[in-house]
Amino acid sequence: MAIAQPLLDKKTSERVKSQLETGGFNLAEGAFKWALIGTLVFALLVLTVLVYDVVVDGFPVFSDRLDTFMANPSRTRADETGIFQGLRGTFWIGVFVILLTFPIGIAAAIYLEEYATDNWLTRTININIRNLAGVPSVVYGILGLTIFVGILKGVYGDVALSRGNTTTAGGLTLAALALPVVIITSAEAIRAVPSSLREAAYGVGATKWEVIKSHILPYAAPGILTGTLLSLARALGEAAPLILVGAVQGKLGPRTGFFELQQLGEKFTAMPIVITDMAKQPGSEWQPVTAAAIVVLLLVVLTFNAAAVILRNRFERKRQG
Amino acid sequence: MAIEAQRMQAEESSKSTSPASGDAVSPSVEGSAVAVKSESEAVVRLDDVSVYYGSFRAVRDVTMPINKNEITAMIGPSGCGKSTVLRSINRMNDLIPTARVEGLVSYMGIDLYGEDVDPVEVRRRIGMVFQKPNPFPKSIRDNITYGPRIAGIAKNEWDDLVEQSLRSAAIWDEVKDRLDDSALGLSGGQQQRLCIARAVATKPDVLLMDEPCSALDPIATGRIEDLMQELKNDYSIMIVTHNMQQAARVSDRCGFFTTELDSQSDRRTGQLVEFDETEKIFSNPSDERTENYVTGRFG
Repeated sequence: MAIAQPLLDKKTSERVKSQLETGGFNLAEGAFKWALIGTLVFALLVLTVLVYDVVVDGFPVFSDRLDTFMANPSRTRADETGIFQGLRGTFWIGVFVILLTFPIGIAAAIYLEEYATDNWLTRTININIRNLAGVPSVVYGILGLTIFVGILKGVYGDVALSRGNTTTAGGLTLAALALPVVIITSAEAIRAVPSSLREAAYGVGATKWEVIKSHILPYAAPGILTGTLLSLARALGEAAPLILVGAVQGKLGPRTGFFELQQLGEKFTAMPIVITDMAKQPGSEWQPVTAAAIVVLLLVVLTFNAAAVILRNRFERKRQG
Repeated sequence: MAIEAQRMQAEESSKSTSPASGDAVSPSVEGSAVAVKSESEAVVRLDDVSVYYGSFRAVRDVTMPINKNEITAMIGPSGCGKSTVLRSINRMNDLIPTARVEGLVSYMGIDLYGEDVDPVEVRRRIGMVFQKPNPFPKSIRDNITYGPRIAGIAKNEWDDLVEQSLRSAAIWDEVKDRLDDSALGLSGGQQQRLCIARAVATKPDVLLMDEPCSALDPIATGRIEDLMQELKNDYSIMIVTHNMQQAARVSDRCGFFTTELDSQSDRRTGQLVEFDETEKIFSNPSDERTENYVTGRFG
């Protein structure tokens, strides 16, 4: 056997070599990659410049009077005004979203994915939930004004100076706004649970509820959590619906403390409203105050986003066993 | 536990009608057991079973038993409805909204699709091992205890059950020192044996295996086949396999399925061509199609 015999003559070998060795560079491939990097850098650059600008503008407020800025109600003077009521309103709105939207949204998603039969009614509901997620937030404001403010008018009676434009109405409105997104993301997370896992659980004699509780929900938890926390962050940043529901722009007495339940029946405002209001004030002395308020709102929202990421990673590690 | 009562009843009636107990000369219980065994008592029976997905009849008119302490194999080309039939036995097809079963699927003489039958209870008695190993993303121990736990077995019995189940699936020695590690860290073959252990932990009578070795290498396959031979002492097994050699090696009885063009729907419907002792199917089948398939001339 002539094992050592060369397979081909030298000329063929040279030709194949030149075909194989293209130099490893493909123009279209490289251009596409750099175009992608370019867009990413551009997007990040815009964001960075914005955040940097706001932080620099607002910094004097944080260094000079962090305590009064956080604790004071809105005042007519820029060097005295604070964001206490805005934070309080945003806190209570967050409570509404967490307590109402999360359970209702996740339950609705479980029902749609696991229990509902596939018929025209289910399909119509599914399509409409998707549509609702795309409805402009102002429309939710009108909904809140007609339904929640209308219903709440008089419920709190003598407690309130309000005519139904209470924290409760604002919270309910933003809870409704966040609901479709929570349902959609939760349903998608549940749908992504591999069917082999369901079969394994049913196969050892689990009931539907046991399969959902012990296998589907734990597996879908990272996705559900991310979706819910992101929708919460979105709800906390909304201004338009709150303006329609009647959040107070301008002066609002401190009346109740941060965590007092009485606040639910009181007039309210929230961080996005406070920021809009500050930005509208004449005079350059309002600029740093506005920037500082923006930084605070950004921090609140980023905290939830970070929590979403951390919890997601933790659950995913747990999913690996 | 409605089935429990019905099963007792079925056992009673099968005893009273069995020839041994009717025989005045040997009325002993052992005698009756032997007589029944030699007659190869069917634990599960399929009578004229057809399975539909919507209006499409996927497989039609299947009549075959799963005999006690035997391995029954289903062979045939892809898409001939073997898995569909298998899944109709422990009502896994209930999970597919459009699936519908016609004919009689009975277990210990009870119609499994009867009105009052709880599919959850059925699946505890007729366990299943799937094509791809699908352990829960939990510890090895939790994988085994999950079934018994939801079945309401007391916590103090779990440890014994874990060891017993893992031993009967021939994986105890490999995992006994890491019971609390994730089951996902095991190799494919180990995962599949863990799945068998998990199925065994609910103490079923019947084990359904849907191509249990198709994702495994030959060595792991060999171990599972050895394991099946041991398991059949305690369980009645039905296996779906693409691998004819496997069916020939492990099974006692064998059903050959194929697809035929359905004149009504113009689509291919699966059907059982022949069911017999494995030896006969592979050496002297009565149907020409079976012979062509097992000799490798088709499929």
